Amino acid sequence: MRHGTREYTTWSIAIAAVFVFAMFPVLWIVSLSFKTPATVGDGRLVPKEWTFANYNALFSGGLDSPLLRPLINSILIALIATTIAVAIASLAAYAISRLDFPGKFVVLGGALAVSMFPPISVVGPLFDMWRALGLYDTYPGLIIPYLTFALPLAIYILVAFFREIPWDLEEAAQVDGATPFQAFRRIIFPLAAPGVFTAAILVFIFAWNDFVFAISLTSSNNSRTVPAAIAFFTGESQFTSPTGNIAAAAVLVTVPIIVFVLIFQRRIVAGLTAGAVKG
Amino acid sequence: MADIELQGITKRYPDGTEAVKDLNLKIADGEFVILVGPSGCGKSTALRMIAGLEDISDGELLIGGQVVNERAPKDRDIAMVFQSYALYPHMTVRQNMGFALELAKVPEAERNRKVEEAAEILDLTQHLDRKPANLSGGQRQRVAMGRAIVRDPSVFLMDEPLSNLDAKLRVQMRTEVSRIQQRLGTTTVYVTHDQTEAMTLGDRVAVMRAGRLQQVDSPRNLYEQPANLFVAGFIGSPAMNFFSADIDGDRLATPFGDVPLPHRLRAAAASAHGKRVIAGLRPESFEDAEIAHQQNRQGGHEFEAEVELTESMGSEVYAYIRLEGDVAESDELAEIAADTGASEVPGGGTSQVVTRLSPETSVRHGERARFWLDTDKLHIFDPDDGTSLGREQDVVAAAPSPAEARQEEAAPRAPSA
Repeated sequence: MRHGTREYTTWSIAIAAVFVFAMFPVLWIVSLSFKTPATVGDGRLVPKEWTFANYNALFSGGLDSPLLRPLINSILIALIATTIAVAIASLAAYAISRLDFPGKFVVLGGALAVSMFPPISVVGPLFDMWRALGLYDTYPGLIIPYLTFALPLAIYILVAFFREIPWDLEEAAQVDGATPFQAFRRIIFPLAAPGVFTAAILVFIFAWNDFVFAISLTSSNNSRTVPAAIAFFTGESQFTSPTGNIAAAAVLVTVPIIVFVLIFQRRIVAGLTAGAVKG
Repeated sequence: MADIELQGITKRYPDGTEAVKDLNLKIADGEFVILVGPSGCGKSTALRMIAGLEDISDGELLIGGQVVNERAPKDRDIAMVFQSYALYPHMTVRQNMGFALELAKVPEAERNRKVEEAAEILDLTQHLDRKPANLSGGQRQRVAMGRAIVRDPSVFLMDEPLSNLDAKLRVQMRTEVSRIQQRLGTTTVYVTHDQTEAMTLGDRVAVMRAGRLQQVDSPRNLYEQPANLFVAGFIGSPAMNFFSADIDGDRLATPFGDVPLPHRLRAAAASAHGKRVIAGLRPESFEDAEIAHQQNRQGGHEFEAEVELTESMGSEVYAYIRLEGDVAESDELAEIAADTGASEVPGGGTSQVVTRLSPETSVRHGERARFWLDTDKLHIFDPDDGTSLGREQDVVAAAPSPAEARQEEAAPRAPSA
């Protein structure tokens, strides 16, 4: 269908407006990260003097640097949480979508109920418990709450995907001689891959961006993640604000997320199940 | 290779409804048996119970002489072709067909050999490395068949495998299925609602209705000696015409007039003297009276009726005539037909009669014409339970060979939804 010039122009303007609205803050942060402390407040989008000092400062001192260790923590914690969450969620979702068992709705409802608590409301008790259990300021101390909040989301996403996979495929696998687990691993799981990756991306982003748990349940760079670490940035002296450093850290912290999403987005192929069954 | 025996197989759901009731059926080794019936008659459930995809509530299922009620599908040595094909979309045709062998830990070389052999039979060799999404409907269907063939199972189960194909492809695949089964000689149970498939494919056909087995017989016997009103109405297209009639000694008072009863029905009629029965006559048992005279056909009865509609098929002409007589009678018939299940078939229980005439007929719609009917082909049914009266049981023994039965192609029928 051919669109009129007028329509074309209208759409272009609308898209440009949305693009600017969405990208301006990002560009501003990028710009800040390249500014010297003296020019941080000059209000220009393009820095007058370009500097990499903000980035260098984040990594000076190797593992003792302000950002390197938290960055490693963040990557590991988010990846471990994502892996465990997806593994558990896919098994749970498979059971919920395929099997009739008593208490199915309790499981689903319970999962939903868990995600209704605001994280801030559980942070206090968790702090005390983690100290008593020795989980305070450790990786598991963060991974466990992340799992708690990410699992319901992952389960709901995966249940929706599993339900769309025709029952017949599984029965065909059964007749072909597969055990239930083989049918799941060889047939159902690969077909639910788009859902698995969607869930993985969302869980990863949730764990990566979390601030409330990270700031409350850590006390040192042993397990402190990037969002919490940024809060501890200090300026060169008591009287300078670390704006440039924060901006540089914000830019860096965004990069892994973008990479992660780009890698997995390719796996989210629509219509992967095409051709399984007729019409 | 194995025989299958169903002994009082019943499927009862938790809410108490019974999808299959006390099904008894013996299927010989290498036999091709069709389960046919209208939607919801329990034929698919019965097949799924044989496959092990559905629990058996009651009764015993034997495959190869062993009770397999509690065995998982993978331990029954069966292969199933699904109505939806159920191909694995993320695997190539080769992987789809080889999946079962892979699970059975068959070495790769042998697996490839078997897959290629099956692909050869099914004409899929050049598609082996494609994915199901890139195949046409007919090709997907063949892959589904191939997946069953490579296994070399003792039993093939097919659940309406052709119903998703368009009409032309269906006819083509029908002969294909028949060819493959004859070549492999594997015991096959095939579910369909299409009676053309049932009549052309099976060595024996089992007709089911509302969870109950109505009759198991060769296609020809089903057609010529239906056990009851339902089978008579279900098998054959266009369906058998039903009308009420009164037995009067050796004669039958029908809406077409008094006709003499054929000899084979006389004994049964004697015990039902004065009784009202349901009579049935297939469309091809009628003829244009003029043509019947030319052909010098004997033993018939002539009557005159108004032609409501004619449909010329080229090789034959269907003329629809309306029965004259009491309307109440046909209402009554409709009620009986509903009770006995004949109303589940098109044309059952109406007062319209379909006749199949030679193409040379000069019968025109809207005109009165003289018709001839073959009284030898009359069927009569008990109006209480719909069973066929005077059915010659010994005819069953002289069943025609499967090849002969296959030539008895039923008239082409529009695909039913």
